[in-house]
Amino acid sequence: MKPPYFDMLIAQTVGDVTACLKQHGPEAKIIAGGQSLMAMLNMRLVKPEVLIDISRISDLNYIRRDGPDIEIGATVTQAELENWEELETALPLLARAIPHIGHFQTRNRGTVCGSICHSDPSSELPLSLATLGGSVVLTGPRGKRTLPVDAFQTGMLSTACGPEEFVTAVRFPAAKPGQHHAFHEVARRHGDFAVVALAAVADDKNVRLGVGGVADRPAVLELGTGQMADLDDRLNGFAWSLGAGDDIHASARYRRELVRRLGKKLVNEVRDAAS
Amino acid sequence: MPLLEKHDRHAVRVTLNGRQVEGHAKPNMLLSDFLRAELGATGTHVGCEHGVCGACTVRVDGKAVRSCLYLAVQADGRQVDTIEGLGREDGSLGILQQAFHENFALQCGFCTPGFLTTLDHYLGTNPDPTEDDLREALSGNMCRCTGYAEIIRAAMAAAAELRKRS
Repeated sequence: MKPPYFDMLIAQTVGDVTACLKQHGPEAKIIAGGQSLMAMLNMRLVKPEVLIDISRISDLNYIRRDGPDIEIGATVTQAELENWEELETALPLLARAIPHIGHFQTRNRGTVCGSICHSDPSSELPLSLATLGGSVVLTGPRGKRTLPVDAFQTGMLSTACGPEEFVTAVRFPAAKPGQHHAFHEVARRHGDFAVVALAAVADDKNVRLGVGGVADRPAVLELGTGQMADLDDRLNGFAWSLGAGDDIHASARYRRELVRRLGKKLVNEVRDAAS
Repeated sequence: MPLLEKHDRHAVRVTLNGRQVEGHAKPNMLLSDFLRAELGATGTHVGCEHGVCGACTVRVDGKAVRSCLYLAVQADGRQVDTIEGLGREDGSLGILQQAFHENFALQCGFCTPGFLTTLDHYLGTNPDPTEDDLREALSGNMCRCTGYAEIIRAAMAAAAELRKRS
Protein backbone atom coordinates (compact mmCIF):
# COMPACT_ATOMS: atom_id res chain seq x y z
CA MET A 1 0.00 0.00 0.00
CA LYS A 2 1.30 3.42 -0.95
CA PRO A 3 0.41 6.90 0.30
CA PRO A 4 -1.90 9.11 -1.79
CA TYR A 5 -0.41 12.11 -3.62
CA PHE A 6 0.21 15.25 -1.57
CA ASP A 7 2.26 18.43 -1.79
CA MET A 8 4.94 18.61 0.85
CA LEU A 9 6.65 21.30 2.88
CA ILE A 10 9.93 20.51 4.58
CA ALA A 11 9.70 23.22 7.24
CA GLN A 12 12.84 24.72 8.76
CA THR A 13 11.16 27.06 11.26
CA VAL A 14 7.96 27.33 13.29
CA GLY A 15 7.08 30.35 11.08
CA ASP A 16 7.22 28.16 7.95
CA VAL A 17 4.62 25.88 9.52
CA THR A 18 2.21 28.57 10.71
CA ALA A 19 2.41 30.35 7.31
CA CYS A 20 1.60 27.10 5.51
CA LEU A 21 -1.21 26.26 7.94
CA LYS A 22 -2.70 29.72 7.43
CA GLN A 23 -2.89 29.00 3.71
CA HIS A 24 -3.88 25.32 3.75
CA GLY A 25 -5.25 24.83 7.29
CA PRO A 26 -7.84 22.04 7.17
CA GLU A 27 -6.27 20.33 4.14
CA ALA A 28 -2.83 20.14 5.73
CA LYS A 29 -1.45 17.52 8.07
CA ILE A 30 1.66 17.77 10.23
CA ILE A 31 4.22 14.97 10.17
CA ALA A 32 7.11 14.57 12.59
CA GLY A 33 8.13 10.94 13.13
CA GLY A 34 5.08 9.64 11.30
CA GLN A 35 4.93 6.32 13.14
CA SER A 36 1.14 6.45 13.19
CA LEU A 37 0.49 8.88 10.34
CA MET A 38 2.64 7.05 7.78
CA ALA A 39 0.77 3.79 8.39
CA MET A 40 -2.52 5.68 8.00
CA LEU A 41 -1.26 7.31 4.80
CA ASN A 42 -0.09 3.97 3.44
CA MET A 43 -3.53 2.54 4.12
CA ARG A 44 -5.11 5.73 2.73
CA LEU A 45 -7.11 6.30 5.87
CA VAL A 46 -6.01 9.95 5.63
CA LYS A 47 -5.57 11.90 2.39
CA PRO A 48 -4.11 15.34 3.12
CA GLU A 49 -3.58 17.86 0.31
CA VAL A 50 -0.41 19.10 1.99
CA LEU A 51 1.95 17.34 4.33
CA ILE A 52 4.13 19.55 6.55
CA ASP A 53 7.30 17.91 7.82
CA ILE A 54 8.37 19.55 11.10
CA SER A 55 11.12 17.08 11.96
CA ARG A 56 13.94 19.43 10.88
CA ILE A 57 12.90 22.38 13.03
CA SER A 58 15.88 22.54 15.38
CA ASP A 59 14.13 25.06 17.70
CA LEU A 60 11.69 22.30 18.70
CA ASN A 61 14.35 19.76 19.62
CA TYR A 62 14.67 20.26 23.37
CA ILE A 63 13.87 18.74 26.76
CA ARG A 64 13.99 21.37 29.50
CA ARG A 65 12.83 22.07 32.99
CA ASP A 66 10.39 24.96 33.19
CA GLY A 67 9.09 25.65 36.69
CA PRO A 68 7.28 22.57 37.95
CA ASP A 69 7.19 20.97 34.48
CA ILE A 70 9.43 19.19 32.04
CA GLU A 71 8.76 20.66 28.60
CA ILE A 72 9.45 18.47 25.60
CA GLY A 73 9.66 20.01 22.11
CA ALA A 74 7.78 18.60 19.13
CA THR A 75 10.71 16.92 17.39
CA VAL A 76 12.02 14.98 20.41
CA THR A 77 11.72 11.28 19.68
CA GLN A 78 10.50 8.71 22.18
CA ALA A 79 14.01 7.17 22.11
CA GLU A 80 15.60 10.55 22.90
CA LEU A 81 13.34 10.90 25.94
CA GLU A 82 13.94 7.24 26.88
CA ASN A 83 17.69 7.94 26.89
CA TRP A 84 17.47 11.34 28.60
CA GLU A 85 19.77 11.03 31.61
CA GLU A 86 17.35 12.77 34.03
CA LEU A 87 14.33 10.68 33.04
CA GLU A 88 14.27 8.37 36.06
CA THR A 89 14.42 11.23 38.57
CA ALA A 90 12.31 13.81 36.71
CA LEU A 91 9.69 11.62 35.01
CA PRO A 92 9.75 8.16 36.62
CA LEU A 93 6.29 7.31 35.24
CA LEU A 94 7.57 7.83 31.70
CA ALA A 95 10.67 5.75 32.43
CA ARG A 96 8.23 2.89 33.14
CA ALA A 97 5.82 3.64 30.28
CA ILE A 98 8.15 4.27 27.33
CA PRO A 99 9.43 0.67 26.96
CA HIS A 100 5.82 -0.34 26.20
CA ILE A 101 5.56 2.05 23.24
CA GLY A 102 5.89 0.13 19.98
CA HIS A 103 9.38 -1.17 19.34
CA PHE A 104 13.04 -0.12 19.32
CA GLN A 105 12.77 1.02 15.69
CA THR A 106 9.51 2.96 16.05
CA ARG A 107 10.71 4.74 19.20
CA ASN A 108 13.79 5.84 17.25
CA ARG A 109 11.54 7.79 14.92
CA GLY A 110 8.23 8.39 16.70
CA THR A 111 8.00 11.63 18.66
CA VAL A 112 6.58 12.27 22.13
CA CYS A 113 4.35 15.10 20.90
CA GLY A 114 3.26 13.10 17.87
CA SER A 115 1.83 10.39 20.09
CA ILE A 116 0.01 13.03 22.16
CA CYS A 117 -1.42 14.57 18.95
CA HIS A 118 -2.48 11.22 17.53
CA SER A 119 -4.45 10.62 20.77
CA ASP A 120 -4.93 6.91 20.37
CA PRO A 121 -7.02 5.80 23.39
CA SER A 122 -4.63 2.92 24.10
CA SER A 123 -1.37 4.89 23.79
CA GLU A 124 1.04 5.13 26.69
CA LEU A 125 2.04 8.79 26.41
CA PRO A 126 -1.46 10.33 26.39
CA LEU A 127 -2.25 8.07 29.37
CA SER A 128 0.86 9.24 31.22
CA LEU A 129 0.08 12.89 30.42
CA ALA A 130 -3.49 12.51 31.68
CA THR A 131 -2.42 10.70 34.86
CA LEU A 132 0.17 13.35 35.70
CA GLY A 133 -2.20 16.18 34.75
CA GLY A 134 0.12 17.76 32.16
CA SER A 135 -0.55 20.23 29.40
CA VAL A 136 -0.03 20.80 25.69
CA VAL A 137 1.49 23.88 24.03
CA LEU A 138 -0.07 24.89 20.70
CA THR A 139 1.35 27.51 18.34
CA GLY A 140 -0.89 29.29 15.85
CA PRO A 141 -1.38 32.62 14.08
CA ARG A 142 -2.02 34.41 17.37
CA GLY A 143 0.99 32.93 19.13
CA LYS A 144 1.08 30.24 21.78
CA ARG A 145 -1.60 28.85 24.02
CA THR A 146 -1.36 26.10 26.61
CA LEU A 147 -4.20 23.66 27.16
CA PRO A 148 -4.53 21.29 30.12
CA VAL A 149 -4.57 17.71 28.95
CA ASP A 150 -8.27 17.11 29.63
CA ALA A 151 -9.17 20.10 27.44
CA PHE A 152 -6.77 18.93 24.71
CA GLN A 153 -7.83 15.36 24.08
CA THR A 154 -11.50 15.44 23.11
CA GLY A 155 -12.06 11.83 22.09
CA MET A 156 -10.70 8.95 20.06
CA LEU A 157 -7.99 10.31 17.73
CA SER A 158 -9.37 13.81 18.19
CA THR A 159 -8.04 16.89 19.95
CA ALA A 160 -8.80 20.58 20.44
CA CYS A 161 -5.97 21.56 18.06
CA GLY A 162 -7.39 24.08 15.56
CA PRO A 163 -6.78 24.00 11.78
CA GLU A 164 -4.26 26.87 11.89
CA GLU A 165 -2.23 25.75 14.89
CA PHE A 166 0.00 22.82 15.76
CA VAL A 167 1.49 21.25 18.87
CA THR A 168 4.97 22.61 19.52
CA ALA A 169 5.58 21.11 22.97
CA VAL A 170 4.10 19.03 25.73
CA ARG A 171 4.57 19.63 29.45
CA PHE A 172 4.75 16.80 31.97
CA PRO A 173 4.73 17.79 35.67
CA ALA A 174 8.07 16.67 37.15
CA ALA A 175 8.06 14.17 40.00
CA LYS A 176 7.99 15.72 43.46
CA PRO A 177 9.77 14.25 46.50
CA GLY A 178 7.60 11.62 48.18
CA GLN A 179 5.69 10.73 45.00
CA HIS A 180 5.63 7.19 43.69
CA HIS A 181 4.75 5.92 40.23
CA ALA A 182 3.74 2.67 38.60
CA PHE A 183 2.77 1.54 35.11
CA HIS A 184 1.29 -1.72 33.87
CA GLU A 185 0.10 -2.81 30.47
CA VAL A 186 -1.72 -5.84 29.12
CA ALA A 187 -1.26 -6.46 25.40
CA ARG A 188 -1.49 -9.52 23.16
CA ARG A 189 2.14 -9.11 22.15
CA HIS A 190 4.84 -6.85 23.51
CA GLY A 191 4.70 -3.52 21.67
CA ASP A 192 1.21 -4.13 20.38
CA PHE A 193 -1.75 -1.88 21.17
CA ALA A 194 -2.71 -2.09 24.84
CA VAL A 195 -5.87 -4.02 25.72
CA VAL A 196 -5.71 -2.10 28.99
CA ALA A 197 -2.89 0.16 30.21
CA LEU A 198 -2.75 1.60 33.72
CA ALA A 199 -0.65 4.33 35.28
CA ALA A 200 -0.63 5.45 38.89
CA VAL A 201 0.96 8.23 40.91
CA ALA A 202 0.67 8.72 44.67
CA ASP A 203 1.85 11.08 47.38
CA ASP A 204 0.92 10.89 51.07
CA LYS A 205 -2.54 12.42 50.43
CA ASN A 206 -3.74 11.31 47.00
CA VAL A 207 -3.59 8.52 44.48
CA ARG A 208 -4.33 9.12 40.79
CA LEU A 209 -5.06 6.04 38.70
CA GLY A 210 -5.17 6.46 34.93
CA VAL A 211 -6.60 3.88 32.55
CA GLY A 212 -6.09 3.70 28.79
CA GLY A 213 -7.44 1.34 26.15
CA VAL A 214 -10.99 1.18 27.50
CA ALA A 215 -12.79 4.51 27.02
CA ASP A 216 -12.35 6.80 23.98
CA ARG A 217 -9.56 8.62 25.84
CA PRO A 218 -7.52 8.07 29.02
CA ALA A 219 -9.61 8.32 32.20
CA VAL A 220 -8.32 9.20 35.66
CA LEU A 221 -9.70 8.20 39.07
CA GLU A 222 -8.57 10.33 41.96
CA LEU A 223 -8.63 8.84 45.45
CA GLY A 224 -7.73 10.30 48.82
CA THR A 225 -5.47 7.96 50.77
CA GLY A 226 -8.15 8.10 53.49
CA GLN A 227 -10.73 6.60 51.11
CA MET A 228 -9.18 3.18 50.73
CA ALA A 229 -11.76 1.24 52.78
CA ASP A 230 -14.16 1.04 49.83
CA LEU A 231 -11.45 0.75 47.17
CA ASP A 232 -13.05 -2.30 45.53
CA ASP A 233 -16.37 -0.48 45.11
CA ARG A 234 -14.71 2.66 43.80
CA LEU A 235 -12.71 0.65 41.25
CA ASN A 236 -15.82 -1.26 40.23
CA GLY A 237 -17.70 2.00 39.66
CA PHE A 238 -14.75 3.40 37.74
CA ALA A 239 -14.48 0.27 35.57
CA TRP A 240 -18.19 0.48 34.65
CA SER A 241 -17.99 4.23 34.01
CA LEU A 242 -15.50 3.71 31.18
CA GLY A 243 -18.11 2.22 28.83
CA ALA A 244 -15.90 -0.68 27.71
CA GLY A 245 -16.82 -2.42 24.46
CA ASP A 246 -16.14 -5.87 23.00
CA ASP A 247 -13.65 -6.10 20.16
CA ILE A 248 -11.41 -8.66 18.53
CA HIS A 249 -8.75 -8.24 21.25
CA ALA A 250 -10.84 -8.53 24.42
CA SER A 251 -14.36 -8.49 25.76
CA ALA A 252 -15.77 -5.55 27.71
CA ARG A 253 -16.10 -7.79 30.74
CA TYR A 254 -12.41 -8.77 30.58
CA ARG A 255 -11.39 -5.13 30.30
CA ARG A 256 -13.48 -4.18 33.36
CA GLU A 257 -11.92 -7.06 35.28
CA LEU A 258 -8.42 -5.86 34.35
CA VAL A 259 -9.28 -2.35 35.54
CA ARG A 260 -10.56 -3.72 38.88
CA ARG A 261 -7.75 -6.17 39.55
CA LEU A 262 -4.72 -4.39 38.11
CA GLY A 263 -6.10 -1.06 39.30
CA LYS A 264 -6.14 -2.36 42.85
CA LYS A 265 -2.66 -3.78 42.49
CA LEU A 266 -1.27 -0.49 41.18
CA VAL A 267 -3.08 1.68 43.72
CA ASN A 268 -1.79 -0.46 46.57
CA GLU A 269 1.71 -0.50 45.14
CA VAL A 270 2.07 3.27 44.86
CA ARG A 271 0.19 3.99 48.10
CA ASP A 272 2.37 1.59 50.10
CA ALA A 273 5.48 3.13 48.61
CA ALA A 274 4.28 6.67 49.36
CA SER A 275 3.14 6.07 52.95
CA MET B 1 8.80 28.36 1.62
CA PRO B 2 8.03 26.56 -1.64
CA LEU B 3 6.00 23.36 -1.51
CA LEU B 4 7.32 20.20 -3.13
CA GLU B 5 4.67 19.68 -5.80
CA LYS B 6 2.86 16.33 -5.57
CA HIS B 7 3.35 15.17 -9.17
CA ASP B 8 6.95 16.38 -9.59
CA ARG B 9 9.95 14.25 -8.94
CA HIS B 10 12.32 15.98 -6.55
CA ALA B 11 16.06 15.38 -6.18
CA VAL B 12 16.93 13.40 -3.05
CA ARG B 13 20.58 13.03 -2.11
CA VAL B 14 21.64 10.54 0.52
CA THR B 15 24.87 8.97 1.70
CA LEU B 16 24.07 5.32 1.06
CA ASN B 17 26.45 2.99 2.90
CA GLY B 18 29.11 5.70 2.82
CA ARG B 19 28.65 6.68 -0.85
CA GLN B 20 26.99 9.89 -2.02
CA VAL B 21 24.11 9.03 -4.32
CA GLU B 22 21.17 10.87 -5.83
CA GLY B 23 17.75 9.84 -7.03
CA HIS B 24 14.37 11.42 -7.62
CA ALA B 25 11.13 10.99 -5.70
CA LYS B 26 7.62 12.37 -5.61
CA PRO B 27 6.66 13.52 -2.11
CA ASN B 28 4.60 10.36 -1.51
CA MET B 29 7.42 7.94 -2.35
CA LEU B 30 8.43 5.75 0.56
CA LEU B 31 12.09 5.50 1.47
CA SER B 32 11.83 1.73 1.04
CA ASP B 33 10.68 2.15 -2.58
CA PHE B 34 13.26 4.88 -3.19
CA LEU B 35 16.07 2.59 -2.03
CA ARG B 36 14.87 -0.33 -4.12
CA ALA B 37 13.52 1.30 -7.28
CA GLU B 38 15.58 4.49 -7.56
CA LEU B 39 18.90 3.47 -6.04
CA GLY B 40 18.78 -0.24 -6.89
CA ALA B 41 19.49 -1.25 -3.29
CA THR B 42 17.11 -4.18 -3.31
CA GLY B 43 18.51 -5.80 -0.17
CA THR B 44 15.94 -3.87 1.86
CA HIS B 45 12.77 -5.96 1.81
CA VAL B 46 9.23 -4.68 2.00
CA GLY B 47 6.76 -6.80 3.92
CA CYS B 48 3.67 -5.27 5.47
CA GLU B 49 4.24 -1.63 4.46
CA HIS B 50 2.60 -0.29 7.57
CA GLY B 51 5.30 -0.59 10.18
CA VAL B 52 4.50 -3.93 11.74
CA CYS B 53 6.85 -6.56 10.29
CA GLY B 54 10.24 -4.82 10.51
CA ALA B 55 11.59 -6.33 7.26
CA CYS B 56 12.29 -2.88 5.75
CA THR B 57 14.38 -1.63 8.70
CA VAL B 58 17.35 0.53 7.65
CA ARG B 59 19.55 2.94 9.58
CA VAL B 60 19.00 6.66 9.02
CA ASP B 61 21.68 8.82 10.62
CA GLY B 62 22.67 5.72 12.56
CA LYS B 63 19.24 4.92 13.97
CA ALA B 64 17.30 1.79 13.06
CA VAL B 65 13.97 2.90 11.57
CA ARG B 66 11.25 1.48 9.36
CA SER B 67 11.85 2.65 5.78
CA CYS B 68 8.16 2.04 4.91
CA LEU B 69 7.19 4.69 7.47
CA TYR B 70 9.69 7.22 6.10
CA LEU B 71 9.24 9.41 3.05
CA ALA B 72 12.15 9.56 0.63
CA VAL B 73 12.10 13.38 0.58
CA GLN B 74 12.45 13.37 4.39
CA ALA B 75 15.73 11.47 4.01
CA ASP B 76 17.34 14.15 1.80
CA GLY B 77 20.84 14.94 3.07
CA ARG B 78 20.84 12.08 5.54
CA GLN B 79 23.05 9.06 5.93
CA VAL B 80 21.26 5.81 5.08
CA ASP B 81 22.77 2.43 5.87
CA THR B 82 21.26 -0.76 4.54
CA ILE B 83 22.01 -4.46 4.49
CA GLU B 84 24.30 -3.88 1.49
CA GLY B 85 26.67 -2.04 3.84
CA LEU B 86 27.05 -4.90 6.31
CA GLY B 87 29.32 -7.12 4.23
CA ARG B 88 33.06 -6.63 3.97
CA GLU B 89 34.79 -4.80 1.12
CA ASP B 90 35.95 -8.09 -0.44
CA GLY B 91 32.39 -9.40 -0.59
CA SER B 92 32.70 -11.80 2.34
CA LEU B 93 30.21 -11.77 5.20
CA GLY B 94 30.36 -9.25 8.02
CA ILE B 95 30.29 -10.32 11.67
CA LEU B 96 26.50 -10.18 12.02
CA GLN B 97 25.92 -11.96 8.72
CA GLN B 98 28.47 -14.66 9.59
CA ALA B 99 26.81 -15.25 12.97
CA PHE B 100 23.39 -15.64 11.31
CA HIS B 101 24.90 -18.04 8.77
CA GLU B 102 26.63 -20.18 11.39
CA ASN B 103 23.63 -20.34 13.71
CA PHE B 104 21.02 -21.20 11.04
CA ALA B 105 19.25 -17.93 11.88
CA LEU B 106 17.54 -17.69 8.50
CA GLN B 107 15.63 -19.92 6.17
CA CYS B 108 13.85 -17.98 3.45
CA GLY B 109 15.81 -14.84 4.32
CA PHE B 110 13.05 -12.34 3.64
CA CYS B 111 13.09 -10.84 7.14
CA THR B 112 16.86 -11.09 7.60
CA PRO B 113 17.88 -7.59 6.38
CA GLY B 114 15.56 -6.06 8.97
CA PHE B 115 16.98 -8.19 11.78
CA LEU B 116 20.56 -7.43 10.80
CA THR B 117 20.13 -3.66 10.45
CA THR B 118 18.22 -3.52 13.75
CA LEU B 119 20.99 -5.45 15.51
CA ASP B 120 23.65 -3.34 13.80
CA HIS B 121 22.27 -0.31 15.67
CA TYR B 122 21.14 -2.06 18.83
CA LEU B 123 24.43 -3.84 19.59
CA GLY B 124 26.16 -0.45 19.36
CA THR B 125 23.93 0.85 22.15
CA ASN B 126 24.09 -2.35 24.23
CA PRO B 127 27.24 -4.38 23.45
CA ASP B 128 26.64 -6.97 26.18
CA PRO B 129 22.93 -7.82 26.00
CA THR B 130 21.09 -10.62 27.75
CA GLU B 131 18.79 -12.90 25.77
CA ASP B 132 15.84 -11.00 27.22
CA ASP B 133 17.32 -7.68 26.05
CA LEU B 134 17.60 -9.12 22.55
CA ARG B 135 14.06 -10.49 22.56
CA GLU B 136 12.84 -7.02 23.52
CA ALA B 137 15.04 -5.26 20.94
CA LEU B 138 13.95 -7.65 18.18
CA SER B 139 10.27 -7.68 19.15
CA GLY B 140 9.58 -5.33 16.24
CA ASN B 141 10.88 -7.83 13.65
CA MET B 142 8.84 -10.77 12.48
CA CYS B 143 10.24 -14.03 11.20
CA ARG B 144 7.87 -16.77 10.06
CA CYS B 145 10.51 -19.47 9.47
CA THR B 146 12.93 -19.83 12.34
CA GLY B 147 10.90 -19.57 15.54
CA TYR B 148 13.44 -16.94 16.72
CA ALA B 149 15.59 -19.26 18.89
CA GLU B 150 18.36 -19.38 16.29
CA ILE B 151 18.13 -15.63 15.72
CA ILE B 152 18.67 -14.93 19.42
CA ARG B 153 21.56 -17.42 19.45
CA ALA B 154 23.12 -15.72 16.42
CA ALA B 155 22.70 -12.28 17.96
CA MET B 156 24.38 -13.43 21.19
CA ALA B 157 27.25 -14.90 19.13
CA ALA B 158 27.60 -11.71 17.10
CA ALA B 159 27.61 -9.57 20.26
CA ALA B 160 30.37 -11.75 21.75
CA GLU B 161 32.42 -11.53 18.55
CA LEU B 162 31.99 -7.74 18.37
CA ARG B 163 33.10 -7.37 22.00
CA LYS B 164 36.18 -9.47 21.29
CA ARG B 165 37.14 -7.20 18.39
CA SER B 166 36.53 -3.88 20.08
